[in-house]
Amino acid sequence: MPRETTMDKSKMVVVEGSYAVAHSVKVCRPNVISAYPITPQTHIVEDLSQFMADGEIPNCEYINVESEFSALSALVGSSAVGARSYSATTSQGLELMHEVLFNVSGMRLPIVMTVANRAVSAPISIWNDQQDSIAQRDTGWIQLYAENIQEASDMTAQLFKISEDKDIMMPSMACMDGFILSHVYEPVVLLEQDITDEFLPPFNPERTLDPSNPLTFGAFADPNYYTEFRYLQEQAMQTALKKIETVADEFSDMYGRYFGGLIDEYQTEDADIIIMAMGSIVGTIKDVIDRLRENNVKVGLLKVRAFRPFPAEAIKNVIKDAKVVVVLDKNISLGMNAGALFIETKSVLYNTDIDVPVTGYMIGHGGRDIPTSTIDKIIDDAKEIMKSGIKTESQFTDLKEELV
Amino acid sequence: MKEIRIHGRGGQGSVTAAELLAVAAFADNKFSQAFPAFGVERRGAPVQAFTRIGDVPIRLRSQVYEPDYVIVQDPTLLEVVEVANGLKDDGILIINSDFDPETFKIDTKARIMTVNATKIALDIIGRPIVNTVLLGAFAGATGEVKPESIMEAVKERFPGKVGERNAEAVMEAYKMMRDQK
Repeated sequence: MPRETTMDKSKMVVVEGSYAVAHSVKVCRPNVISAYPITPQTHIVEDLSQFMADGEIPNCEYINVESEFSALSALVGSSAVGARSYSATTSQGLELMHEVLFNVSGMRLPIVMTVANRAVSAPISIWNDQQDSIAQRDTGWIQLYAENIQEASDMTAQLFKISEDKDIMMPSMACMDGFILSHVYEPVVLLEQDITDEFLPPFNPERTLDPSNPLTFGAFADPNYYTEFRYLQEQAMQTALKKIETVADEFSDMYGRYFGGLIDEYQTEDADIIIMAMGSIVGTIKDVIDRLRENNVKVGLLKVRAFRPFPAEAIKNVIKDAKVVVVLDKNISLGMNAGALFIETKSVLYNTDIDVPVTGYMIGHGGRDIPTSTIDKIIDDAKEIMKSGIKTESQFTDLKEELV
Repeated sequence: MKEIRIHGRGGQGSVTAAELLAVAAFADNKFSQAFPAFGVERRGAPVQAFTRIGDVPIRLRSQVYEPDYVIVQDPTLLEVVEVANGLKDDGILIINSDFDPETFKIDTKARIMTVNATKIALDIIGRPIVNTVLLGAFAGATGEVKPESIMEAVKERFPGKVGERNAEAVMEAYKMMRDQK
């Protein structure tokens, strides 16, 4: 039975996306928050700082650090001693964390971090795309992408539960489009404390750093051992594939809100054209689909919620009967002339019986707005592909030829 | 769905106005969304903010290209920004000005309405901050939101005397515009 979110207006308030996320973090009862400001993430840690000052987060340490590298490094220590640990960052800040991201994952520390997705320099851009987190796809962090602020804030509790599962113990990123979601005001149900206390048990890891019972985390692994560490991390990611689904279902049962597990589908059942996308753009696409469906255009949306672990089977299952698959990417793998979701989607279709044309659009880079007319054009292209096959596999969208 | 674009200068509270409008519309049992035209905000530079109001949850995440209503906080913007850009023919353009609407040569089929929000703000609030006043004018001119809901949103955002005075100014502007209609 398809799960749905019923909007209970009496429980909703109109707040900024960053506030909704900060509230969720508070409700998850963190023990350590590290904070370094960077636009457009800053409102989240500012709101958390206010909660701290108002005494609203008991048993928690809020650490101001001097860089993002330190922000995450501080959490390595806190998470290892068994403290539920959180930070938020974006763009250059996330890239500065790169080496620590591997350490966190390798030491199996279930830190949760919100990424307010933003473009990466140079040239400097404070605006949204998803290059920052996509560039960290191989660091061993679970990545979920949110469609709206309800999902972004609810995702925080889901990710603590997934990451801290004893069979997973992997860190995770809650990715929300910078500005578009971090700075939007819209109605949201603020994460409920009473339900969350039931949903999310206290963090109680099997192994912690403890002077009375000394252990070493992240120790030297010679070639006899290193491979097995990577293997076990990958096993944990595969376990997370199932856990992301079950946690979404459990959340739905307890809170009455559901945004998909690994993926979500919208009007895909009979769709000839399926658009794949991640993040806030899926809302715009849904509006376009509703309009086109009135004119009997059989188009549907496959919302990819989990990018890591990559939901290969779920995606294959949805797109196998489509006539064209269109993949939108707010990122680019330079030198590949394609975005990451497009590349991954194509790769999981190889060595299978599925033979569906897949075309990719790199879109919304550096905050370029994505009006519905752009989605319309992409769907027009897809109709052409249905008739005469793929001519261009992957392309830039709304490129201003006169500037290049 | 109705789309509103607010033009102002950095520091005039355009983003706050868009947010308060979203809060008020939700209090009226509508769904709403407010967001700034994300930029590097500088005091005095032209800025824009947007609000969407609808009967169902708002999913659209693009900027507003064809607004139903436009609010201009500062008439000097008319020289540097095409404030009526994309404004629907049956829409309304509200300008903070003591001139008559006919004075403005703006390329639009939409109705132009003016309100001397600066005077109302100076008289009632004591400072030339017009963002909340113009929300009252918006309520009076369009009927899209109840003035009481805006007053509540304003008082919640600015507790105490400041909020009270702003709310009073909202009602004053509301009445003026309602009578013009």
